[in-house]
Amino acid sequence: MENKIPDDFPGTVTSTPGGNIVVTTIDGIINWSRANSLWPLVFGTSCCAIEMMATGASRHDWARFGTEVARATPRQADLIVIAGTIVNKMAPVLKRLYDQMAEPKYVIAMGACAISGGPFYYNSYSVVKGADHVIPVDVYVPGCPPRPEALLYGLMQLQEKIKTESIVRPRDPEEDYR
Amino acid sequence: MNFNIYDFTEFIISIDNWLKQLLSPGLAKITGMALIGVTFLLFVTLLGLSIVYIERKVCAFFQQRLGPMRVGFWGTAQTIADIIKLIFKEPLATKNSDKFLFNLAAFIVLISPFMVIAVVPFAKGLHALDFDIGLFYVTAVSSLGVTGILLAGWSSNNKYSLIGAMRSGAQIISYELSIGLSLLAIVILTGSLQLSVIVESQRDGWWIFKGNIPAIVAFIIFIIASTAESNRGPFDLAEAESELTAGFHTEYSGIKFAFFFLAEYVNLFIIAAIGATVFFGGWMPLHIGNFTFFNEAMDIIPPIIWFFAKVAALIFLLMWFKWTFPRLRIDQLLQLEWKYLLPLSILNLVLMTIVSLTGWHL
Repeated sequence: MENKIPDDFPGTVTSTPGGNIVVTTIDGIINWSRANSLWPLVFGTSCCAIEMMATGASRHDWARFGTEVARATPRQADLIVIAGTIVNKMAPVLKRLYDQMAEPKYVIAMGACAISGGPFYYNSYSVVKGADHVIPVDVYVPGCPPRPEALLYGLMQLQEKIKTESIVRPRDPEEDYR
Repeated sequence: MNFNIYDFTEFIISIDNWLKQLLSPGLAKITGMALIGVTFLLFVTLLGLSIVYIERKVCAFFQQRLGPMRVGFWGTAQTIADIIKLIFKEPLATKNSDKFLFNLAAFIVLISPFMVIAVVPFAKGLHALDFDIGLFYVTAVSSLGVTGILLAGWSSNNKYSLIGAMRSGAQIISYELSIGLSLLAIVILTGSLQLSVIVESQRDGWWIFKGNIPAIVAFIIFIIASTAESNRGPFDLAEAESELTAGFHTEYSGIKFAFFFLAEYVNLFIIAAIGATVFFGGWMPLHIGNFTFFNEAMDIIPPIIWFFAKVAALIFLLMWFKWTFPRLRIDQLLQLEWKYLLPLSILNLVLMTIVSLTGWHL
């Protein structure tokens, strides 16, 4: 297949996962199971965590997506919802938790602080200006804090993202990150 | 082959005879064992999947939520998605863990419920083994699981795992006493440890109704102690998230964690099955003395449905406990057993002996 990507194209282009019918069927099953069973890590650093708890509570109930099995140990979790400000002191801890998780692992950055350092503390000496300075992030959910609906929408977007994966080309979350 | 839903004895014998006709005696025996093994493997898998789904739904309804809804009708495929995900998740083992024991522990935990499930009488004639010391075997084998838990905690080389495992060990060994004594109270009435005899002795009424006050006390002690023995809330100190991350299975990921998860829920089924067999007549339909018409009407419902209905009711009761009561502290937990439940169950045993001797039971 000839390469039609112009040389000055910003960013990288990855080929669509595909292959024979066996591979795509297995991909479908695995991706379906991974997307529908995202167990989050019990991790919340500030006020966004309260909104995350509200997402888990009766009114919004993220258990509908199979996400209510919050695991306290990173070994069994699939997803970190970075809910809140990451300060310089927290950054190595977050990195360690991410490294302790078993593949495949996904990250949602929830709220302005996790995306960019936040509206209030941006110029602070102690705040990491976005969690993606520490670990690779899959989905950004803007808001200060985002409403539970926003987090649920972010979760559904992550599910969509997971459904495009393939076992032929294993996912490297840090590919664009290095 | 004559299949009778009310009595499986002939059905099992006819399968056995058919195998013996087809194969040489040694091969027939091995095939029979393999058949039973595969049946139990399938049964336990289905059981694990369905009880986990039911637990998540029950929990959700207790908290006025909906629970899993998105995969399958009302989220019925949720646990299937979970298990496929866990199979394809990276199995981690930390650098300084004892790899052999670390891998072995997950299997040992799952072996003990398999050994117990062999003696559970599902219906008339539908059981793999029928020992004359059945109940003794159940109490002996069901506490083997603690070996796996202690091994898991020790081999993980993790502080939280070790503390969780030690807590779990102390808890299971303590509450084992109360379970044994409360089951013994019914054994005084039946005069046999054989599970089929215990079921048969409840033909004119279940022991919870016939056995006077001590039978009810024994059942209450049994249900408290067995909740504690299966490490379920409000006694889930071994994996108290707020203090010990996940207790003894902190370092386990992927399918090895699934084994612990499965073992916990199969243990739940076993507790309910033993409780139903000993106190609620197992597969025996509800009979009241010599009310022949009522008894015959109840006999229309097949025993296997009676058994699973009783087990489901007890499982629901245990889930109700888990999602209602707050977790105990470790000293409160051990106090409850050694200061209250154990003396109470010994007293209850004495009372049951008096009741049995004076004939105050029905």
